[in-house]
Amino acid sequence: MLHIKCPHCGMRSQNEFAYGGDATIKRPELNKEVSDQDWDNFIYNRKSLRGKHKELWHHISGCRQWIKVERDTATHEIFKTVKANEEI
Amino acid sequence: MNQDFRLDNVGLINRNKKISFKFNGKNYFGYEGDTLASALLANGVHLIGRSFKYHRPRGFFGAGVDEPYAIVQLYRNNETEPNVKATEQELFEGLEATSVNCWPSVNFDIGAINNLLKVFLPAGFYYKTFMWPKSFWYKVYEPFIRKAAGLGVASIKHDKERYEHKYEYCDILIAGSGPSGLASAYAAAKNGARVILAEDKPRFGGTLLTSEVNIGNQTGKEWAENIIAELKEMPNVIVRNRSQVFGYYDHNMLVMSEKLSDHLPKTKKYHPKQRLWYIRAKEVLISSGSIERPLVFGNNDTPGVMLSSAAKEYLKVYGVLVGKKPLIFTNNDSGYETAIEFKKNGIEPIILDTRKDPKSEIITEAIDLGIQIKFSYVVVAAKGYKKVKSAEIAKISDNKNELGTLENIDCDCICVSGFWTPTIHLASQSGNKTKFNKDIDAFVPGVSKQNETTLGAANGTFTLEETLKNSFNMGHELSKKITNIDNKVSSPLVTEKKSTQHDKFWCVPLPKGKTYKRFLDFQNDVAVSDVEIALKEGYRSIEHVKRYTTLGMATDQGKTSNLNGLQLVSNIENKIVPEVGHTTFRPPYTPVTIGAIVGRETGKHSKPTRKSPMHSWHAKNNAVFVDAGVWLRPRYYKQGSETLFEGSKREAKNVRKNVGLCDVTTLGKIDIKGPDAAELLNRVYTNAWLKLPVGKARYGVMLREDGIVMDDGTTTRISENHYHMTTTTAQAANILSHLEYYLQLVWPELNVNVVSTTEQWAGASLAGPKSRSVLAKLFPDIDVSNDGLPFMGYREGNLFGVKARIFRISFSGELAYEINVGSDNGNFMWEKIMEVGKEFAIQPYGTEALSTLRIEMGHVAGSELDGRTIPYDNSLEGLMSKNKDFIGKRSLNRKAFIAEDRQKVVGVVPLDKQTSIPEGSHLVMDANAPLPNPKLGYISASCWSVEHDNPFSLAILKDGKNMIGQKLFAMSPLKNKTIPVEIVSSHYVDPKGERARS
Repeated sequence: MLHIKCPHCGMRSQNEFAYGGDATIKRPELNKEVSDQDWDNFIYNRKSLRGKHKELWHHISGCRQWIKVERDTATHEIFKTVKANEEI
Repeated sequence: MNQDFRLDNVGLINRNKKISFKFNGKNYFGYEGDTLASALLANGVHLIGRSFKYHRPRGFFGAGVDEPYAIVQLYRNNETEPNVKATEQELFEGLEATSVNCWPSVNFDIGAINNLLKVFLPAGFYYKTFMWPKSFWYKVYEPFIRKAAGLGVASIKHDKERYEHKYEYCDILIAGSGPSGLASAYAAAKNGARVILAEDKPRFGGTLLTSEVNIGNQTGKEWAENIIAELKEMPNVIVRNRSQVFGYYDHNMLVMSEKLSDHLPKTKKYHPKQRLWYIRAKEVLISSGSIERPLVFGNNDTPGVMLSSAAKEYLKVYGVLVGKKPLIFTNNDSGYETAIEFKKNGIEPIILDTRKDPKSEIITEAIDLGIQIKFSYVVVAAKGYKKVKSAEIAKISDNKNELGTLENIDCDCICVSGFWTPTIHLASQSGNKTKFNKDIDAFVPGVSKQNETTLGAANGTFTLEETLKNSFNMGHELSKKITNIDNKVSSPLVTEKKSTQHDKFWCVPLPKGKTYKRFLDFQNDVAVSDVEIALKEGYRSIEHVKRYTTLGMATDQGKTSNLNGLQLVSNIENKIVPEVGHTTFRPPYTPVTIGAIVGRETGKHSKPTRKSPMHSWHAKNNAVFVDAGVWLRPRYYKQGSETLFEGSKREAKNVRKNVGLCDVTTLGKIDIKGPDAAELLNRVYTNAWLKLPVGKARYGVMLREDGIVMDDGTTTRISENHYHMTTTTAQAANILSHLEYYLQLVWPELNVNVVSTTEQWAGASLAGPKSRSVLAKLFPDIDVSNDGLPFMGYREGNLFGVKARIFRISFSGELAYEINVGSDNGNFMWEKIMEVGKEFAIQPYGTEALSTLRIEMGHVAGSELDGRTIPYDNSLEGLMSKNKDFIGKRSLNRKAFIAEDRQKVVGVVPLDKQTSIPEGSHLVMDANAPLPNPKLGYISASCWSVEHDNPFSLAILKDGKNMIGQKLFAMSPLKNKTIPVEIVSSHYVDPKGERARS
């Protein structure tokens, strides 16, 4: 079980969190033209990386904040965790 | 009182307490502190089971966790447990055990014919034989293999035992209480660290209990006892015996199973049988010791052949002689220690040492004691079937290839020592890349991956002096890092006998003309010849060889066999062992009871049960409850001997005719506040929200970004910047996460806060033509007329002194109001409404009537909004705003979503107006079309329409828009039904929605 440092609460066990996928995906802006390709990339296309991955976790059984985590998908090593409004 | 093989005055058992037990139906006795294995051996019982493949007789090979043979079916307190190691099971009064894998009995086992057929049962036999014809697999081969294979039998009864889970944090977790565990625990504890020390056996001390050493002025055993006593007194130390740390997981999470009651005749009331510890440790010290390696020779699986360390443990701990004419077969000094213990207790052992001319203190001691030693000698084969009767021995040449003349020697047991294999499982599970240590011919941990450090024999250090020195240092160093305290405990003076180099020789060659089986894996009957065949057939990777031959795959997971298997592969392949590598060590290190893994989460505790504040009223009024997610909701309120069908029909009819009351507390509720609240709603809902006035509610639909409908519900504007959102019961938690996602990550500029208030409000839906009359009596101060409180209106009111919220919203399609009060007043509200409603013939109604009402109205719900449908499919396309963007809008113009013949919700009525259509039935054009019959749609929900008094269903149907009036067939192969149906509008009752607005 991973041990994730919530930037708001400190070290917490994985079972307090929900996984939220790739943190680098940006939602296209509202009311702007979006090409089919860009929309597909936003909705469906994800890299399945082996190695360092920037991802979202939601501290659902804690402070209910979404956080950003940089984790190695092969070793589970966590390099960095930041708040939702910070760059990772 | 006599036990033929029990010594007086030796051992750690309690001779004042006799314990009787049964094995294979026969009565025996042992003593408190015995294991089942030691007690049987004391009674001279060596035959305990049959092997997995050849059904060869099996005895005892080890004295603990590494045991490959002695697996029994255990009976305890009217329960049975399979595959229990007799070497680990402590004796308790009334214990019963039987052999496994033998029929009709362990003494006469018909399966033993496999032993005679063994030339036909080589490696990969099953793979090769049970291949063709394919159709034989299920009916012939599999049942045959299942019957022939398999060890114990699992109980099919509910396990009434209690298992607990515990979470613990510590500075240093120490696995194993041998010399290195004790020394490091002591040093760390004295330095202020929070320490957990775990020992899998009942007794602490590990090898200190059996070796002849002195630490300071105490014996090893005394030293261990004193250290443990002191550790137990320290507030920063947790000491646990019968506790196996079996798994090393990510981020220094280790799991340990503690057996609290397995050694008792029955578990004490309210006590757990076992406890599973999840331990997050800052540092982990692995002091798991080592396991003696077997030597490989002919018939080396005969009962009576066992590890010399096990023989010594039976003698020193249990006072049991494993034989009276022992032959010690060794390639190192450890065998001498066992021989000396025999000699000291009046037994004359003979030592066969593979080495030519070894010299050390301990060998000198053996010679001085007058023990007969044959150097450059090997055991060629054990003789005897159910028990060793003699041994065929021979001199071996210096190059270890040539055997001299075969000689027979009388013996009743053969104690083997092929040197030691460090127990590196935990380190390897941590991710540590192990390295091969040539000096000890075994793998040891390499560079630490997580915060694990391996000490003592587990790290390949076999002298006590060095082990203690390192362990005291490491315990001090690691704890200092954590606690910043620098209390150093000095390492005591150690007296131990020095050993000399072991012999790398481990496998005795076959003499000419002999075909003895030489076993590597004792539980799975894998012999040298099997591995040879696998390699000849082209298997190269050790992982493949393992799976093809099943070497190391039995319940003991190859604790005694892995390394010899590797040596063999490396010999044949002409590689060095590290090139061959070892197979992956995976948790658990030892088998763990499923019950312990499950813990308390069984039956009704497997998930939380949520009850509304009105639950006790429902229960008192004969509600039949149904699981709705984690909630318990009344399905219907049973009157007399009513069935669900009759009861729900009565309740639904009463709503259409008079008035009904339904508990809707379970609906998700989210409080939304902030100046940008309207803007948020406008983005997450598909329809327009910016102009909703205060005091009005609106129905809304939410999509996922991919255009699929996510949820629906009403949201009410309580005040300028304050909204009350409702979600479906099932999606409540997901919608909150969804809103938080957009507010925190996508649109952080929106100034809005959201919080779940599901538990804060109790809700009751008052529905039916007479609901307004009831409402008027409940709230005499409020104008509840159609103008005063119009459809989708909202008012705050005073319900007999309790603050209430009144929403005029309708799910049933009738004139209806939803009343909310604080949860604490839920029951009060309910009782008041029922009391006031009495004169209007009010009846409570459950979820079944609720479904009926919404289905015949054509209101979509969870069974249509199932994560696969888009707004159009649910006839919700009218709610898709054209004037603004919203979540998921961009996906709605996907090709499939705008196809002309896109599926759409429709109503379905059976032509006979009698036959209910099973939910999940498929709609087809032609009931007799050849399979696969093209499916046009499926029935999503069914009810008995109380308005029309006939069955009615909703369906999602291809080109539903143009199918009204079509005659189709509903087919349910599961229910074996084919029903001719007609497609009608989904709005079967009040298609214009006038009632709710009346």
